[in-house]
Amino acid sequence: MRSEDARGIAEGGTRTAAGRARTVAGREQEMVPEAEFRSYYGRPVIKPPVWHEPNMPTYLYLGGMSGASSTMAVVARLTGHARLARTARIAAALGAATGVGLLATELGRPERFLNMLRVFKPTSPMSVGSWILATHGGLSAAAASSELTGILPRLGDAAALATGLTGPLTATYTAVLVADTAVPAWHEAYRELPLLFAGSALAAAGAVAMLGTPRADAGPARTVAALGAAMETISGAVMEHRLGFVGEPYREGRAGRFMRAARILTLGGGLLAPVAGRSRTLTALSGLALTAGSLCTRFGLLAAGRASAADPKYTVVPQRQRLDATS
Amino acid sequence: MAERMGFFTDSSVCIGCKACEVACKEWNQLPDDGFVFEATSYDNTGMLGASTWRHVAFIEQAHEVSVHGDDGVDRWLMSSDVCKHCTNAACLDVCPTGALFRTEFGTVVVQPDICNGCGYCVPACPFGVIDRREDDGRAWKCTMCYDRQRGGLEPACAKACPTDSIQFGPLDELRERAEDRLARLHADGHDEARLYGENPDDGVGGAGAFFLLLDEPEVYGLPPDPVATTRDLPAMWRWAGAAAVSLAGAVAVAFLGSRGRGSAS
Repeated sequence: MRSEDARGIAEGGTRTAAGRARTVAGREQEMVPEAEFRSYYGRPVIKPPVWHEPNMPTYLYLGGMSGASSTMAVVARLTGHARLARTARIAAALGAATGVGLLATELGRPERFLNMLRVFKPTSPMSVGSWILATHGGLSAAAASSELTGILPRLGDAAALATGLTGPLTATYTAVLVADTAVPAWHEAYRELPLLFAGSALAAAGAVAMLGTPRADAGPARTVAALGAAMETISGAVMEHRLGFVGEPYREGRAGRFMRAARILTLGGGLLAPVAGRSRTLTALSGLALTAGSLCTRFGLLAAGRASAADPKYTVVPQRQRLDATS
Repeated sequence: MAERMGFFTDSSVCIGCKACEVACKEWNQLPDDGFVFEATSYDNTGMLGASTWRHVAFIEQAHEVSVHGDDGVDRWLMSSDVCKHCTNAACLDVCPTGALFRTEFGTVVVQPDICNGCGYCVPACPFGVIDRREDDGRAWKCTMCYDRQRGGLEPACAKACPTDSIQFGPLDELRERAEDRLARLHADGHDEARLYGENPDDGVGGAGAFFLLLDEPEVYGLPPDPVATTRDLPAMWRWAGAAAVSLAGAVAVAFLGSRGRGSAS
């Protein structure tokens, strides 16, 4: 180790006194030319997200599932799919309530959870999102309670109808939340992330609804799941292609494993969904694969964000290129 | 609002004494954050964080040495890093509780009695300054000694700096002083000297704490072209809106196509 350290410092002296991130002997030729950069002893420039597993990614999954479920509940009710509407309504309420709980545990000071509603700040996607989630959670809880107890059915229906608006927002605001950070793999993906989240949410909601509804009534849920899987797969592929170097964290290491698993599970579950009505086994296979796929996407996203923040090359190289292009 | 106050950190006269780090810790009563031997330089705090509000970077620029050659050291760069108190501060923008606010001195400060530790400011800062103190749960960073300023005193780090590498004052005045210093260094042949964070047209609208550096910013662990991502927020919401509509549209399409099958089963 000692000789390698000395070599690293000496090598750094000519061009990168502060040390390039990787000056391990033999790796020089393998390095892509665009990754040549200088840094302070390979230390990260930005701080990694402090959010934890499993709370944050599970919330992303639940929020998406809840949002898409409530949208499904509204359309199901309007088109006369009463059984499906009931499942979706309950899933939406459970998802939102559990999600809020997970978010509270993510705070450094959970007892100050209500400070989230202290102000309304349009410049903060988390403030906007807190208001969206509070409204959505309240409405979906009212809708589900009325559905289960039969009390105040008109009010329950009105609340459910309103979740048709809050649902799609709940499923997509989280993409803006993560994209509005200095984390390169998140911010540079701000165009595709909302569609990726929407697709993941549709797949998750479709999966829960097909698992929780008699097969004969779950036809539209299977279609929702298949459409969601397609949306998630396509937007994910477009995102990784467009990001290029900055998208590397989505392909490598822990995040890469999650994202690859997500792609296989989502694609498999999605292809299975249209024919899953034929048997209970197929329904279970498709529904569980899609649920696991949606979860893997969210876990992969957090892992990629952390990896992207931890390596200074993702921060320095694009910024340096931007400066060199303008000067 | 009173005049906007700032820091001008002139790294060309920094001697790496770390008096600023110590004075900051003392005045703000910051907990210790480990006595780490980094084994790379005389730096033992590593980076700015929840309990390190001034950080002195040590950069040993060296060249290849033969066995009986010199010590290989070309020069030492030292610079005391601090919160930039950006004109467009990403941490302030994204804070959902209003705990982060803009003071009458134009600085950015966290109110510890409001912060609920959501952690959003941490990855939002393009400089990696603010962090959450895990045993305490809240986010912390330099306040530019808000309390001292209100009492008419200069911040502790500037007060303690023995070479005036850290200068505190009205930002306009500091910018003029920095330009003069830069011109002087260039006249003396130090072409590598440059200002960092002084330009109001940069991605953060100019920093309230800016620097004179002797090498590229990334060598000091600073981002070469930092951006407060809030400037892209309208575009981000437009894409999210389109995704939300797509989601609702996909659900509608799924049910339209299902009517035939629904009646058949």
